[in-house]
Formats: sequence, structure tokens, C-alpha cells
Amino acid sequence: MHDGLERFELGWGERVERPNWAPGDIDLERPSVARVYDYWLGGAHNFAADRAVAQKTLETMPELRGVVLNHRAFLRRAVRYLLAQGVRQFLDLGSGIPTVGNVHEIAQATDPGAKVVYVDIDPVAVAHSRSLLGGNDHVSVLQADVRDWTGVLASDEVDKQLDFDEPVGVLMIALLHFVSDEDDPWGMIGGYRDRLAPGGFLAVSQAGYEADEEPDASKEARRIYDRSVTPMTLRDRAGVTSLFKGFELVEPGVVRVPAWQPESPADVGESGQRFPGYAAVGRKA
Amino acid sequence: MTDRVDQRVREDRSGLSPAVLAGAGSFARSWATAVIGSSYVPMTRAEVAQHLQDLTEMLVEALFASPFRTAPGYEIGSRLVDAHFTGTDTLGRTVQLLGDDLLVELGFPGDDRLQSRLAALQGALAAGYARALRERTLAEQEAIRAAVLDARDQAESMLRASEARFRAMFTEAAIGIGIADIDGRILDVNQALQDMLGFSVDEMRQYNVRDLMHPEDAGSVWRLYDQLIAGECDHYRAEKRFHRADGEQVWTHLTLSLVRDDHGEPQYQVAMIEDVTDRHLLQNRLRYQALHDPLTGLPNRALFLERLGRVFNNRAKHVRAGLCYLDLDGFKVINDSLGHDIGDQLLVEVGRRLDHSVSGEGKLVARMGGDEFVILVEGSSGEQDIVDVADRVLTELEAPIRIAGHELSVSASIGIVERQLSGTTSADLMRDADITLYWAKADGKARWALYDPERNAKEVARFTLSATMPRALERGEFYVEYQPLVRLEDSTVTGVEALVRWQHPEFGRLAPDRFIELAEETGLIVPLGRWVLRRACEEARRWLEEFGDAAPFVSVNLAVRQSRDPELVRDVKQILDECGLPPHHLQLELTESAIMGTADEPLEALRALCDMGVRIAIDDFGTGYSNLAYLKHLPVHELKIAGSFMEGLRAENEEDPVDAQIVATLVQLAHALSLGVTAEGVETPAQAARLLRLGCDTGQGWFFARPGPPENIDSLLRGDL
Repeated sequence: MHDGLERFELGWGERVERPNWAPGDIDLERPSVARVYDYWLGGAHNFAADRAVAQKTLETMPELRGVVLNHRAFLRRAVRYLLAQGVRQFLDLGSGIPTVGNVHEIAQATDPGAKVVYVDIDPVAVAHSRSLLGGNDHVSVLQADVRDWTGVLASDEVDKQLDFDEPVGVLMIALLHFVSDEDDPWGMIGGYRDRLAPGGFLAVSQAGYEADEEPDASKEARRIYDRSVTPMTLRDRAGVTSLFKGFELVEPGVVRVPAWQPESPADVGESGQRFPGYAAVGRKA
Repeated sequence: MTDRVDQRVREDRSGLSPAVLAGAGSFARSWATAVIGSSYVPMTRAEVAQHLQDLTEMLVEALFASPFRTAPGYEIGSRLVDAHFTGTDTLGRTVQLLGDDLLVELGFPGDDRLQSRLAALQGALAAGYARALRERTLAEQEAIRAAVLDARDQAESMLRASEARFRAMFTEAAIGIGIADIDGRILDVNQALQDMLGFSVDEMRQYNVRDLMHPEDAGSVWRLYDQLIAGECDHYRAEKRFHRADGEQVWTHLTLSLVRDDHGEPQYQVAMIEDVTDRHLLQNRLRYQALHDPLTGLPNRALFLERLGRVFNNRAKHVRAGLCYLDLDGFKVINDSLGHDIGDQLLVEVGRRLDHSVSGEGKLVARMGGDEFVILVEGSSGEQDIVDVADRVLTELEAPIRIAGHELSVSASIGIVERQLSGTTSADLMRDADITLYWAKADGKARWALYDPERNAKEVARFTLSATMPRALERGEFYVEYQPLVRLEDSTVTGVEALVRWQHPEFGRLAPDRFIELAEETGLIVPLGRWVLRRACEEARRWLEEFGDAAPFVSVNLAVRQSRDPELVRDVKQILDECGLPPHHLQLELTESAIMGTADEPLEALRALCDMGVRIAIDDFGTGYSNLAYLKHLPVHELKIAGSFMEGLRAENEEDPVDAQIVATLVQLAHALSLGVTAEGVETPAQAARLLRLGCDTGQGWFFARPGPPENIDSLLRGDL
């Protein structure tokens, strides 16, 4: 999930912004977050460069595939939870390649009228999503930088699908470790939160450890990822909790990803206490 | 996105014993445990278990089916992929688990026939899985490549749209845009700029930016250009003129911007050029209108003052300039009698003649308003330069002007100022020219007058006097002196003339000729005259008390304005009453013109005074134009013959026969009318003797006594002298 606007530092200190649809953005030699993620999930929506990085990272940190599966599984549990709370509208920020188990599949299995807007910055992921969803009137795909919350909320896609007078579930699954503190994730979340009606939800999962917990393998994997794909920002439990300002956390609060409302105790397992990431769902008061 | 595979699993479980079914269930649970986590499937653990249970039953059914077929194995492999068990570990674990555990769980360990069937099914499952996975992979690769193409198409079409937009912006912009490299070679210009300058793109490309230099360009335009090219500034704005292909000029607002490369080095220059010619011309026209007189088309007061200001701002030492301030004589009469139309046409013609007679570098003719014109001559060499200009103008105006059948003769008065500019200001110059014009008018019009600092000083003093006079009266700076009027026959003092003096704090003792005229102009003569009258009457009363029948009457001058003051009679009566002075002790002196030129009303006042018993004298008789026929009807008692006639009687040895004859005639005339005669200005014994011989009654002058304080009169009356 790299920056939608490439900034060129020019000689006299002005910044020229190149639009994110410029052809330079679609560079198959350059790994994409969405396609690397797809590879880890067992998809073939990826290219050699994506697979090379994905493999290399996996070699350093073999458990990474399981980490990714858990984030994806959290997405499923979170959406099902929100459906159970009566939410029928979803804004999936950083939706990536629609590999399998997508939000609209989960939601529309419960209610065929459920609405979903997928937002991603990756033009290929967006193009793929659009071709897959061509016939689904209740789903829209928006190419945008999710940090530009004003732009996202003002988009035609959001306007078409979502009624903010009714509860909306905002999903930030495996997203916020790509939003650095300098990019002010609190402000961004606040922007989306302010648009939500009371009873709207925010679901977050993101990579992180408690202090000194991170194994060397993870550090190495992150170094590869930072260099080759996109820099990551890890957050500990307190860090993730701080993102939920203005929300009431639902049970069990901010926990390791597999431990959030598991479907069976076996799903949590031993890794539940060491899992390198946190998840939570909050309800707007 | 996958369809739910578990929905499609067959429900048909017939033909299987409960024991086999139980074994199948047990195997399915082991299977689920083995594969969970090897692939991401969008199912809960229970859903996975159920899905695998279905597949297990399908497999077991195939195992026992008759005839035996491997197709279900193929199907199961395919369905695993459909359910997104795409992790390759899933297949390995599945095949291994089938071989190790299935027949054991079903209760048929070591059954060769089933072992053989199972191996065939395992192979079919692996083949089905591989085939499905291969298809899925190819499909997904196809999909992602299609997505890349879509995204690229999208991006490129947006880029094309964007480029088209920018291109349209460039080509369609109403503002002229040009791009040149850093050496000034012109690379591209848009349509607006081509239209503006009249050159095609190809023609423009032949030019260097520096070829577009215009001689009227401000120096800063090209200084900033050099700085921009050197990368010292990034943009600047300027007003600039360009030559068009057709030779015309275009006035523009130019904004030049520098475009740098990725390393910050200057790369291109972009010019945005707005055609402001119309605005410029409009501004010029508005400025012209603001600075010119619409009637004559001559520069107006504003332009004249601006030019004059510039002359003073740019002045070098010893530079001189001159002004003619011109005003038509009697223009108001023409305007009032013939109408404003004629007046205006006259002004137009006068303006034309002025402009015609005064031309050349450094000369400016302007209409200041009304019938006032001014001519500015810069760099004059002396007064004569300006005098020559004024003479030319006066000559030019001599020829009559024909307007609408009228033949109008006009003349002008001109005030001339010419001087070195250092040490003076434009305001000084204007004021002095204005004053000088007034002199030319006062001196008789149809002439020029040259500024004279001494004359000006006098006028300033005059002005100062007239301005300070009211307070002087309040502060008692005036006083009265008395000069005896002596009966020639026996040298008796019969009367005294009261003469007002001003002890001015700055100018000293001032005689009446310095201030009476001013007092007349300002109207202060009335209160001043009243004051003198009262002082004189008080003195006369004192003499009456002191000297009884020997006391002289006082003769007080009455100015023209006083004689016409409706309050005169009342004032005189009141003063006489208050002083307790019998009226025949007062004589009022009026000039010929005051008496002769008057209408009925003042005459009635004189009659009233006369009736009251006050004596009336005509002062300076013989210098005006008296209507002698009228004289005999006037209430007059005395004629005072002007001192100028005494000149010819002055010398001891010989007299001027003409003057003598005049005096004799005047005396005879007076006596014929039963009037007394007083001769003024008697300064020698010869004069006194001759006047006595000629029959003159009374004399006044230095021969008898100079004007002095009342005490001098006391002494005379006492015979002290």
C-alpha cells in the first residue's frame, strides 16, 4: 500500500505531486502489497517480483503465512459479528486483491442486499476487483489513498452505496501497519469516525508486538518488506487501543488477532499468546 | 471468489453400513486436523470439518461402488481446490492420510482389493487437484494480467485525457503562452500568442527570446531575465511591449517562469503573456481626457501642474523657466451678452491661436479654466524670451475673431514671471504669475506686465496694512493732527483741518495717502472716519470752551464711501450733540467727485447737514470735472483750491500767468456763487501775498503751519508764536 501520490523533491524546494494513475505506478517489477498478500493466501494473482519477495520473507519467517491467514480469518469473524449486530453496510479500506472470503461474499451470504465499498490504492487490485464485481450492484470499488478520508467519503462510490444515517462498518484489516505515525492514523480514523452514525463500527487488525517481544526473524522479515515493498509501522496493544478514540471496544477488547472472538478454542491455540498482531472492534458511542 | 462447495456435496449415503459411516466420520475429523492451516479457506473449523466429511463419504462410496470408477476421486481433488484448499501441503497431507488411515478407520486394513481401489482413487484425486489448481492458477494469472492491462488502459487513458487537457489548456488558452529553452530558443508558442504577435509557430521558432527586445522595455525586464536564466529567481512579472509582425505594437503583461530539471538546474522558461493593448490605450485615453481640456483640446490645469512639478523635480542648477499667465479682457461681457456658445467658440479660437503662436520643445500651452490660459517655457535664457512670447501672443490676438456673424475683438492681459528655478518653487512661480496678471489688468489691460519684486513688496505691505487696520483702530494707533486755516486778510486762524495719522508699530508714522484708499476699499473708512470726526469735534469743543469766539472751526475730510453712508447725518448729529459743539464749528470736506458724481440720496444728506448748520467744503477743487451749472445748486460753503495750482505762484520774482489766471478765475467763480475760497499748499510768502491780491479768502500750508498736535493750535490761538 504505497503512497498514492509520488512526491518529487524538486530543486527549489517545491513538491510536485504526480497523480497516482500515472503509468509509472503500474510496474510489475515492483512488488505490490496486495499481490504479495494474495500469494501468501494461496492466490495466483501475482507476478514473479511479488512471489520472489513473498518467498524470501517466508524463508526468514515461515510462520508468516499463518499470520496472514489469521488476519483474513479475523476479517471473516469481524464481518460476521457486525452482521449479527445488524450492520449491512461496509467500507473495506485497503481491500487488496479479492482473493477469497471477501467482505461482500460473507455479507451477502447473510443479506443479499448488503452494501460494500472496497477502497485500495493499487490500480491493479482495483481493476481486478472491478472486473470481478461487474454484475454486483451493491458493491463498488474505489481507487484512492485511504488516508485521504475526505476524498474517500466524498467519492461517488461511497455516495452511491453507503447511507451514513444507518450503521456502517469501517474495516481496516491488515492496513494500519502501513500507515506511519507521521501520517496521523488517529486523525484519519477520526475523519471516518465523525462521519459514522452512532452504532457504526470500526474493525482493526494490525501487526505488532509488545516491547522487546519481537523475534529476530520478524525483524529480518520486516527489513526485507520495508526495503522491497512498503515500510511498516508496528504497534503494541496500547498503540492499537489508542486508535479507537471515540469508540467503545466490544468484547474482548484489543487482543492478539486469533484471540478475537475465536470460532473454536482450537483456532486460538498456543500461538494466541505470541501472535505478532492485534485485532479489535469498536462501536461508535 | 469461490462458490460454496459444501452445498453441492451429494446427500446420498445409501449402501453404506453404519460402521463404515462411523469410520468415515472419524477419518474426516483426522483429515480436517491435518489440513487446517495449510490453506486459507473462508470457513470456520466446523464448516471445514463438515465439508471434508462430505468429501470423505463421497470417497468411501466410490471405494465400494460397483462398478468401480475413479472419477469421484478426480472430482474430490477438484472440489478441494474449489474450496480454496490451494496450499500444496493440503494435497500432500491428504494423499498421505488417505493411504495411512482410511482403510484402517473403515475397518478394512490389509484388504488388497480396496487397497488397490484406494490407490487408484488417490491418483485420481491428485490428478483432479492438480488439474483444478492448474486451471485456477492460470485463470487467476489471466485475471491479474487482465487487471494490469485494465489498470494501464485506465491510467493511460487518464494520462491521455490529462495530456489532452493540458494540451487544450495550452492551445485554447486566451492568454499567450510560450516555451523556450534556457538559451532563449523558442520551442513552442500557443495560438493566442501567435495571434497576438502575428507570427506562426514556425516563424516564432526562428527567434531567440532576446530578439523580442523592444526599445521601450524597462531596463528591469532584461535584468530580471538574466537573473531568471541564471536561476537566481524563479519568476517575475513585467509590463512589456512587443513588435507585431505587421509593425504594430502590443502592450502586454508578461509573467516569465523558470522550469527546473530534477536536479534543480534551469531547464525551460515559460512565458505567459496577456495582451493589455486595449486597456493600455484606454488608460492612455482616460489619462489624456483627465489631463486635457475638452473644449480647446489644450492640456488642462492638472497636466500643466504635473509638467511644472516635473520641471522643478528635474531642475539642474541655473536652469531657468518662465510663465505667461494670460486672461482675456472683458470675456465676461462677451459671455453674458452673446451667450456661452459664442464664448466657448471664442475660447476655442483663442486656444488655437495660442497653440499656434507658441510651439516648440519645452513650451506648453494650457487652459487653466474659464478664460485663463498659461504658457510654460522651459529652459528660458532670460526675461526677454518670455516677453517675446507674450508679444507674439498679443499680436496673434489682434486680428478680430469672427464667430456666428460677430466680429469680436479680444485682448488679453498677461502676467510674466521668469527666473532661475533653484531657490524658488512651482507654487511661488504660479502665485507671482497670478499677481503679475492682476497688475497687467490694473495697469490698463491688453498688455503684459513683468513680475517686479519691489512692486510686489509694496503690495504685500499694502495688504499687511489693510489687514492690520481694524486692530490698529481698536488699539489706538491712529491719531489726529491739525493744520490751521488762516484768513489771509489779517492772518487770523479761523479754522483747522483735522488730518488723521497712523502710528504703525512696524512702518512708523503713516500719512493718510498710505492708508485712506485701503480703508475705503475695505470699508473701514466708515468707523475710522467716525472716530476722526469725534476726535476733531471733541478738540473743537475744547477750543470753544477755552477761546470762546476766537475758537476755530474744525474741517474734517469725508471720504466718498462715508458720504454715501446712510447713517452719516445721524452720526454727525449724534457726535455734535455728544460733544456739545455748535454745528457751524464743523466743516466737512468732500472731493469734487464725491459731490458731483453722486446720486440724489447723498445730496440729500449734505442738504440735511447744511440745514443743520454744518459747513460743506469742496476739497481739491479744480482737479476733477465739476459741473459748474450744477455747483450753484449745491449746499456748499467753501471751495478749497488744490495745491497744484500754487506752483506757478510760488516764486518771489515771477509768476506763471496761467496758474495765476486760473486761481483768479476760481476765486471769482467762488465769490460769484457766494462761496468762500481756501487755497491749499501755501508754502511761500510770495504765494500768500499773491493769493491775497487775487482775493482769496483763506490760506493753508506750510507757510502758515505744518499739521501738528492740538497743543500747537492752542499756542497759535494764544499768540505764543
